[in-house]
Amino acid sequence: MAMTEEQAEVKRQTKRILNRFSSKRGNLVPILQKVQGKLGYLPREAMLEIAEFLGIPAIDVYSVVTFYNQFRLNPPGKHSLRVCLGTACHMKGGYITLDAWKRRLGIERGQTTPDREFDLDIVACVGCCVMAPVTVVDDKPQGKVEPTKVDGILLSFKLEKERQGGESQ
Amino acid sequence: MKTTGLQSVVSTFGEVKSRAESQWQELRNSGKPVIMVGAGTCGRAAGALEVLRAIKDELKKQKLDCSVVEVGCMGHCYAEPLVIISKPGYPSIGYGHVNPVIAERLIREFILGDNLCLEFVLGALEQNDLIPSLSDFPRARFDKKVILKNCGHIDPEQINHYIANGGYAALVKALQMPPEAIISEVGRSGLRGRGGAGFPTGQKWENCRSALGRPKYVICNGDEGDPGAFMDRAILESDPHSVLEGMIIAGYAIGARYGYIYVRAEYPLAVHRVQVALRQARKLSLLGRNILGSDFSFDIRLFQGSGAFVCGEETALIASLEGEPGTPHHRPPYPATNGLYGKPTLVNNVKTLAYIRHIIENGAGWFASTGMERSKGTAVFALAGKVVNTGLAEVPMGTTLRQVVFDVGSGMQKGKRFKAVQIGGPSGGCLPESALDLPIDFDSLSHAGAMMGSGGMIVLDEDDCMVEIARYFLEFTQRESCGKCTFCRLGTKQMLEVLDEITKGKGRIEDIDMLGQLAEDIKAGSLCGLGKTAPNPVLSTLRHFRDEYEAHIKEGRCPALMCRDLIAYYIIPEKCERSCDACVGTCTTEAISTNKKRIKVIDQEKCVKCGTCLTSCPPQYQAVVRVSPPSEVPASK
Repeated sequence: MAMTEEQAEVKRQTKRILNRFSSKRGNLVPILQKVQGKLGYLPREAMLEIAEFLGIPAIDVYSVVTFYNQFRLNPPGKHSLRVCLGTACHMKGGYITLDAWKRRLGIERGQTTPDREFDLDIVACVGCCVMAPVTVVDDKPQGKVEPTKVDGILLSFKLEKERQGGESQ
Repeated sequence: MKTTGLQSVVSTFGEVKSRAESQWQELRNSGKPVIMVGAGTCGRAAGALEVLRAIKDELKKQKLDCSVVEVGCMGHCYAEPLVIISKPGYPSIGYGHVNPVIAERLIREFILGDNLCLEFVLGALEQNDLIPSLSDFPRARFDKKVILKNCGHIDPEQINHYIANGGYAALVKALQMPPEAIISEVGRSGLRGRGGAGFPTGQKWENCRSALGRPKYVICNGDEGDPGAFMDRAILESDPHSVLEGMIIAGYAIGARYGYIYVRAEYPLAVHRVQVALRQARKLSLLGRNILGSDFSFDIRLFQGSGAFVCGEETALIASLEGEPGTPHHRPPYPATNGLYGKPTLVNNVKTLAYIRHIIENGAGWFASTGMERSKGTAVFALAGKVVNTGLAEVPMGTTLRQVVFDVGSGMQKGKRFKAVQIGGPSGGCLPESALDLPIDFDSLSHAGAMMGSGGMIVLDEDDCMVEIARYFLEFTQRESCGKCTFCRLGTKQMLEVLDEITKGKGRIEDIDMLGQLAEDIKAGSLCGLGKTAPNPVLSTLRHFRDEYEAHIKEGRCPALMCRDLIAYYIIPEKCERSCDACVGTCTTEAISTNKKRIKVIDQEKCVKCGTCLTSCPPQYQAVVRVSPPSEVPASK
């Protein structure tokens, strides 16, 4: 099977990162973190490349990737949304906020919208319990995100996109 | 160790320390005002970085020369973002809830002028005649800051701030002691592991020192995965060197050459600050080959945890360091003899290690003079939930829960009634009002059905459903179970299904006994702490709040009006104001319509019970109410 341009690029990027590591099994998690940091997720080609480098079966790499919450198998959206479901957030309605995101975006947690604009996931606690319920929007924790604020955040992204669209024309 | 080596340690450190002290003196006594901004993760989430930028911009605009320092978390999380201003001639003053506009005013009016801006003052940091100080707060009676002392008062990215405040002196002292003497000092202090289980630290060190096998490792467990706990994060962000110093001393005591500091990748700021701290310590020869010219070498690597709650368990943590999925192993053999790569390994929690320098410097007797018979020293809590003053608190062991909630935390928000306090996260339990006079220590809490855990404390009020919180924690442990032990993997799933049914009003009365039975089996049949403690939230709520379970099952009613399947929102027609449209506009699912009499009505079919209408209904009407069971809603005419 011929490799697509994207797959070849993934292989190239992965190799470049692997050059900085020794082929010790203990380096598996740090390698995965670096590769995901670069590519945004862990595609099949990257995992195969890593397995070959460490001299371990590919299934072992896959098992580690699927075990830890940090790693993802599908490409992220342009904007990441992480709904905090720590205890304080949950008690203040984090689950209601999560429902609101799901309803508006039409996706479940762990998924990306078909236009790759947003991805939605949960996080177990970002330690900002005072501002519950929290949603981490593009790595910035936002406090008191209730269903109306969900709509507000989505609207601001939409406006920004329109503005950028207008500028580029 | 050879005497020449020792002399070199003392003299090398003497130089390092005098340089650090002169830098610190320059900051504190140069006659320039010092502005400190609390920029831990919680401060940043509240907008500390915007405040920092506003301060710098305004100083530039006004052409003022001030030292601006980014510090960690002071523990007053409720008042974030927090700014401390030390202006010569005035006491150091803490300002709370600062936003960029207030920050600009503080610069113009306090730094430039002499207006203290009393309306934004939280309190002074020292006693004075001008304004009340933080030590006059009710919580100050209970505060005893040991490992949180530096937090919020030094720049965590400046090793010199740490050294000038007494840092690394304990390491120098330790290097002059025989390792056995250090271990016996730690042992006599009565320090117990702060990760939750409370194993005597001195004994763990002893076991590791006497274990055969080389090399030995020291691991700092910073995989703080409990939802609702953020003490370790705050320490790593605000005072990372105190943890490193503890690790180096531990390494010297047990005869290790390498250490790992394991920090959750979800704590990017903590990761960054530990990296900076490691770099700075190496540069000053406090870490690495021949520390301070002695013949002791020790180096520390940072490892980022990838987000698995079970990795807080030491054998699982070691597995993940080795590049395996983080599944726990059977103990014994304990990591102290067979740990990382099968070698003797010391695993200690962040807080445990942070205490070490204080014990070495002040002696075992000093540490043991605080606390209870079998739990010495202080306890650090992350106080959150429905309490007025959320934040970090460090109190002596033996302080009662009531003092923590009502004095340190200043009581309940919005005047609501206290219902329970959840301690120890998913491994802990909910304690009711009757347990409030329990002194906090390792043993009394586990006796009451909770657990010290790592120190998360969440206060719950009358609006919180106890069945729902038990279900929440079980959902968490069920999701995080690594799947190795059948009872933990499948048992928690069964319990969760039963609890799901109960919160939906479909429970059966015999379910309560079944939950108890399953809980016992899971505890007996699980290998590690996750499974052994997973049923605790259910058991403790069953023990103290059985009536709530029964209300859900027998009457289909949620007494706290929280479980969504058992409540309905209803607009009382008599109270609804004809000219107001607030709820219609905010309803996220367009479930509210206006009838012929201009009264608003909720379509129960469309309603998703998000509660937005309840918050949007203006307080003078209070027309929206929650009712349980949903059948309480009168049929519409």
